Amino acid sequence: MSERVLTQGMSALGRVPGVAFVLVALVAVFASMSPGFSTAPNLTNILVQSSILLLLALPMTLIIMTEGLDLSIGAVLTLSSVVLAAVAVSTGSLAVGFIAALAIGLAFGLLNGWLIAWLDIPPFVTTLGTLGIAQGLCLVITDGTSIVGLPSGLQFFYSGYFLGIPFPLVIAAMAYAVMHGILYHTRLGTYVPALGGNREALRHAGVNDRVVLAVIYGIGGLMAGIAALLLTSRISSAHPTAAIGMEFDAIAAVAVGGTQFERGEGWLLGTLLGVITIGVLRNGLNLLAMPSSIQVICVGLLVIVALFFDGMRKAHE
Amino acid sequence: MSQVEAAAPKFKLTLSRDVTDVAYRLLAVALICVTLSLVSDAFLTANNLLNVLRQASLVFFMASGLTLVILTGKIDLSIGATVGLSACVAATIIKSTGSPWLGAAAAIGIGGIVGLGNGLMVTKLRIPSFIATYGMLWVAQGATYYYMSGQSVYGFPPGFRALGSGYLLGIPIPIYLMIAFLVIGYFFTKRTTYGQQIYAIGANTVAARLSGIPVNSRLNLVFVLSGAMAGLASLIYLARLNSAEGDIGETLTLPTIAAVVIGGTSLFGGVGSLFGTFIGGLILTLILNGMNLLNLNANWQPLVTGLIVLLAVWLDMKTRSKTDSN
Repeated sequence: MSERVLTQGMSALGRVPGVAFVLVALVAVFASMSPGFSTAPNLTNILVQSSILLLLALPMTLIIMTEGLDLSIGAVLTLSSVVLAAVAVSTGSLAVGFIAALAIGLAFGLLNGWLIAWLDIPPFVTTLGTLGIAQGLCLVITDGTSIVGLPSGLQFFYSGYFLGIPFPLVIAAMAYAVMHGILYHTRLGTYVPALGGNREALRHAGVNDRVVLAVIYGIGGLMAGIAALLLTSRISSAHPTAAIGMEFDAIAAVAVGGTQFERGEGWLLGTLLGVITIGVLRNGLNLLAMPSSIQVICVGLLVIVALFFDGMRKAHE
Repeated sequence: MSQVEAAAPKFKLTLSRDVTDVAYRLLAVALICVTLSLVSDAFLTANNLLNVLRQASLVFFMASGLTLVILTGKIDLSIGATVGLSACVAATIIKSTGSPWLGAAAAIGIGGIVGLGNGLMVTKLRIPSFIATYGMLWVAQGATYYYMSGQSVYGFPPGFRALGSGYLLGIPIPIYLMIAFLVIGYFFTKRTTYGQQIYAIGANTVAARLSGIPVNSRLNLVFVLSGAMAGLASLIYLARLNSAEGDIGETLTLPTIAAVVIGGTSLFGGVGSLFGTFIGGLILTLILNGMNLLNLNANWQPLVTGLIVLLAVWLDMKTRSKTDSN
């Protein structure tokens, strides 16, 4: 067992250079090209902006480790935000709105898990279908417009401070700690790589692999619900397309962080670095006045390059 | 003993899976048509039916290339974005040169190049197709937005617009094109070695490779065809809309995949047909047309399409596991 931990640790170490190198290179390039980049407020800003993405990328890491995928997570985050706003506006209570957002996120996560685990529908088509459903619900609930007039206390969650630390960072750190605990210190966590690497063996060992899968996708939905609080607070409203497409950044962060799309190998710290890398890339391009279309292309190219090096490493092994 | 049993002729009427699959789906088409004609007077008019067929032909062009990809057991999630990029580049070329031919060449060429990029990522870099084409989706979409920079292009020559909205002998021109491609597609998939190799790769890639099929070059071929067909679809779409904007292809991927899976092509490869995809596109178009006739808000479309995709895949898996266990 300790030997396995050691080899896993070694392979994790072997992965450090990839994403860390990219991160350092990007920071160096942007710091030299844009004077506003390496200021304390901007660097804090990058971390705060990355917090929402981290909440999506953490469960995405686990999902991809099971050889799964969740294309719906951006749309589910948007729907949770819409539900949060609609419920908060109609009841006047932020707490009720937040609970509703968590519930809808969890429901979609479990729905994904059920379709994938019990009905054996491939993850990408399952979550493409639920993406459509969530996006459709967003449009139907809002009729294509923004929901405004939210309680003013909402703003604290994105722009407030807790013990001098920006509140989104507190939530992000807690989420990271919890996911780290789940993946590396629980029995559930040991099942995650096995689900991707050798599901048959797991089943023969008497593990209910379906329940485990459903729990993992459920965690993804729940995290989207939590992220909805930050997102809604950030834009002080809810918009039916607010986080559409954010699943791409989440998947990109996981891929850049070195998690494999096959074989069940993943690395949570790599995902954290991947999220910061994507955050630095978008922030730096923003400061250089690059339109969001260029940013999307750059993120896409970064993913392809990351997967290319992965492929080379695989061929080398 | 069991071998003797297996060798004994079975006196049981067994239709090939293709035939029964198509029959069930035609039955579904008939049922939807009867229902719609009962609930809406506007459904059973020549105009509306031709309109449905015209819409279905658009879906078919996008979905036909995708069908080939899915038959090999791969997927192409970049179709909608490819349509968008091809349409926007073709639109600006037609506007600036006045030549629809140059525009058409550009659209199909760009589609083919995007498809080749997908194919190379899958065959050379060994990236799983769902993630390679998903990355391509965003790269192509970003490129489209950057290229258009928020502008829209509209007003094309009448000769070009006839491709999407013209009539010949009272029937919309895209329908003729669709029939032509259905026939070509039938011969390509069922009567050529290429087509049979595509099925073989999807049924069992390892066996296909061992039996000498050049798997990688066939995979590249289907991805290029998928991109090129998306380019062709973009032209008909453009001619129909008579305008192009950056977001033109954004909502097209889900309906395209829906058409293929409703049509009975298995996401695991090796099973399905282009004719099935045509019927799948028809079923989807009829349902969306019915929603339209019943004055259901267009906001419901992604929701309904998503539900239909899940339902279709689920039904497919259910019937498949039944035939497998038999």
